Amino acid sequence: MTYDAVIVGSGPGGATAADVLTRAGWSVLIVDKGRNHLLDPDDLTRIAGDYSNDEIKFLERHFLGPDPLIEPRTFRVRDEDGERTHVGEVNSIPTTVGGGGTHADGKVPRFREEDFALRETYGPIEGASVEDWPLDYAALEAFYAEVERAIGVAGEASANPFAPWRSGPYPMPPGAPMYGALRSASAAQALGLHPYPAPTAANSVPYDDRPACNNCGFCAFFGCPIHAKGDPVALLRRAFSTGRAELAAETFCARIVVQGRRASGVELVDAQGARRTVGARHVVVAAGAVETPRLLLLSGMEHPLVGRNLMVHFQTIVIGTFEERFHTHRGRAVTHVHDDAVIVDDDARAAARAAGLPWLRGGMVEHGGPSLPIMEAKLYPWGPTHTRLMRSSPMRDRLWAFTMQGEDLAQPTNRVDLDPSVRDVRGFPVARVTYRPHRHEEAASAHHAPRLVRVLERMGATWTMVATSPGLEGSRMSPVPISRHVMGTTRMGADPASSVVDSLGRIHTLDNVVVADSSVFVTSAGYGPTLTLVALAARAAHALAGTAP
Amino acid sequence: MPLWCTEQEYRVLAAACARLIPPDEGFPGALEADVPAYIDGLLGAFASDPPRIWAGGPTSGRRGGPPGFARFHTLRPHDELAWRMRIEGSLGLPEREFNGPVVGWQQRYRAGLAALGHDFCEVEGEEQDRRLRDEANAAFVDLLYGHCCEGMYGAPEYGGNRGGTAWDAIGFPGDSQPRGWSDEEVAGP
Repeated sequence: MTYDAVIVGSGPGGATAADVLTRAGWSVLIVDKGRNHLLDPDDLTRIAGDYSNDEIKFLERHFLGPDPLIEPRTFRVRDEDGERTHVGEVNSIPTTVGGGGTHADGKVPRFREEDFALRETYGPIEGASVEDWPLDYAALEAFYAEVERAIGVAGEASANPFAPWRSGPYPMPPGAPMYGALRSASAAQALGLHPYPAPTAANSVPYDDRPACNNCGFCAFFGCPIHAKGDPVALLRRAFSTGRAELAAETFCARIVVQGRRASGVELVDAQGARRTVGARHVVVAAGAVETPRLLLLSGMEHPLVGRNLMVHFQTIVIGTFEERFHTHRGRAVTHVHDDAVIVDDDARAAARAAGLPWLRGGMVEHGGPSLPIMEAKLYPWGPTHTRLMRSSPMRDRLWAFTMQGEDLAQPTNRVDLDPSVRDVRGFPVARVTYRPHRHEEAASAHHAPRLVRVLERMGATWTMVATSPGLEGSRMSPVPISRHVMGTTRMGADPASSVVDSLGRIHTLDNVVVADSSVFVTSAGYGPTLTLVALAARAAHALAGTAP
Repeated sequence: MPLWCTEQEYRVLAAACARLIPPDEGFPGALEADVPAYIDGLLGAFASDPPRIWAGGPTSGRRGGPPGFARFHTLRPHDELAWRMRIEGSLGLPEREFNGPVVGWQQRYRAGLAALGHDFCEVEGEEQDRRLRDEANAAFVDLLYGHCCEGMYGAPEYGGNRGGTAWDAIGFPGDSQPRGWSDEEVAGP
C-alpha cells in the first residue's frame, strides 16, 4: 500500500495537513505513537467519551502521555554538564491522538507583522540567531483566516489595539469572561495597559456541529469532555469524514526511508513491536519541535541545523493573593490577555540599553488563576495547618496570576539531539534537550515583572511573588522549562546553508518531505505557537495539493 | 482486609496519613476521607481488571450524565507496562529495564512504612511527627504526602475523598460536567 501522504503526528499541524490533503482527494495515513482517546475507534468521525473533569487522571497519571517511564526525555543546561542532568519529563506536550491540541486551553493568537521580520525591524542581538522569516504576515493572513474558521475561534477583532490586520471578523464572539479576569483587566486598564478577550479555540456558541463551551473549569491540561475545543478535533473529523484518511494510533514512526533526494515511505513500529514499511508519495512530519528533529536524526539526516535553535517561551509568573475569592474553577482557565509587553516602547528600549542589549521584547500576558485542589494541596506543608490552608485557599481560590509567554531568542547551542544511551520502550534513542535562556529573556522578564506586580497590587493583592521558568541561577525553580511551547528545531529560510526547510516547510535536501509543525519557526514571538503553526501547515499542504485556502 | 498492604502496614499507613492531614475544627482529615484506602488501592491497582488507574469519562453522574468515572479504562500494552513499572518496579524483568532497574512504589512503601517503626501506631503524636520529619524518611514521606493529597482531593471513584467530603470542606465543587457553569456564574463575583 502506498499512500499519497503519510503524516507523522496527529496534533494541530498533522491534523491540518490531513484536512487539506484529503479535501484535495489525497489518501493519507495519519500515524501517532500515542493512544486514541479523542475519536470513537469504530467511527473516527465521532468523538470518544474518554475525557473528563478528573485531576488524578490528567495531572497525576499521564493519561494524555507521554509517560516518562516509557517515553522519557533527557535534559542538560549546557554541554559541559555532561551527557545529561535529568531524565524523565521534559516538555511533555501530549503524546496522544490530537497531540498538543488536546491539553491546552485553546488560546490561539496570531503573530504580529513584525514577528516575521525582527532582524530587519530591530537588528541582531549578540549570542542569538535573530533572523527574518522567509515569508511575511501578508503571505499567511488568508491561512490564518482559513484555520480560524476550521477550528472555530472566538474573539473580538477590535479589542486589541496591537493586533495585526485581519481580512474578516472572528467566527464567534468571545465566551464568558471570568470574574477574576474582569477584575485584573480593569486594574490593568487603569494602569494604561490594553487587556482584551483572548482569542480562543473553544466554542462560545454551537459551531461545527459541536456545542458551546459550558465553562466546566477543567480546561488547561484537560481534554474537553464535550469537544467544545475545536483544535484539532474539528480538523481530524473532517479528514476522516472524506473516507480518504486512515489512523494508525499507538504506532511509532522509527524512520523515514530515503533514497537520494526522495523518501519512499516510512518504517513503523506498532504497540506489539511489529515493524512494517509503508509507502508514501509524500511524507509530512508533524511530531512537534522535539520529536520531529528526533525522527529526522533517527532517519540519518545530517544537516547541521536539524535540532538546533530550539526555542521555548520564557515564562514570567507573577502571583498575588487576595482577600476575595475568584472561583477559578468556573470558566476556561484564561479569558483575558494583554499584548503591551510585546511592544518595544521607550521604556523597553531604556531597559534594554541598561542591560546592554539593543532591544528587548516580552510576550503576551495571560490573566488567570489556578483551579485544581491536588496541585494546591501539594504546595502546603503537612500537619495541622494543612486543611486550614486548603479552606482559606491562598494558593488557589484567592490567588490571581499573570503569566508572560516571553519571546525566547534562538541560539544554535539550544538544541534537540539523540541521547547517547537513554532509550524509549521500543529501544530507540530518546530526545535530549540542551537549553538555557539568553540574557535577553532574563532582561525582558526583569523589566516587565514589576509592571505586572503593580497591576496585582492595584487589584488589591495582599502579597505578591515573581517566579520564572526556567528558573534563573540560584532559583528554586527547575532549569527545565515548564513551557510546552517548543519551536525552531528545523527552522525555515531561503538559504539551504542556514535553514532546514523552505517557506513551504519542504526540507531543502529532499523533494517530498514537508515539516508541518512549530519546528519550522524562525523566531518564537511572544505568542502561543498553535495558530501560526496550523496556518503554516495549511499553507504547506495547499502548496502540496495545488489548492487554495 | 487491605488490598495490597499487610494488616500491620495498613495500620502504620493510616496512622501516618492521620498525622500528615489531620482533621481540624470538624472538617475531615485523611482518615475521614479514606485516604489510606486510596493509597492501598493504588498499590494494588492491578488486582482489578481493568486496573484502577484511569477512571472513565465523560461524567461522574454527580452533576448529571451517566456514572462513567466508575468504569475504568482498559490499559493498552504500553500503558500496562508503564504502570506495572511504576507500581511493582522492574523486578529484574528485561522488558522493564531498558533504562536500568526501576524501584516501584510497592517496594518504597514496604520499606518506608517499615522505617517508620513497628511501634509507630503506639507512640505519641509528637514522636510520630519526629519520625515523619526524619531526613532519612524524607523521600518516602514526600511520596506519601503526594498520594495523600491525591486521595484527599481527587475524584471519589479512586477510593479516597469519601463522598466528596474533602471537596465539600474546601468549597470545591469537583467535576462539573455535564452541567458546567452559566455565563453569570463565571463572570459574577
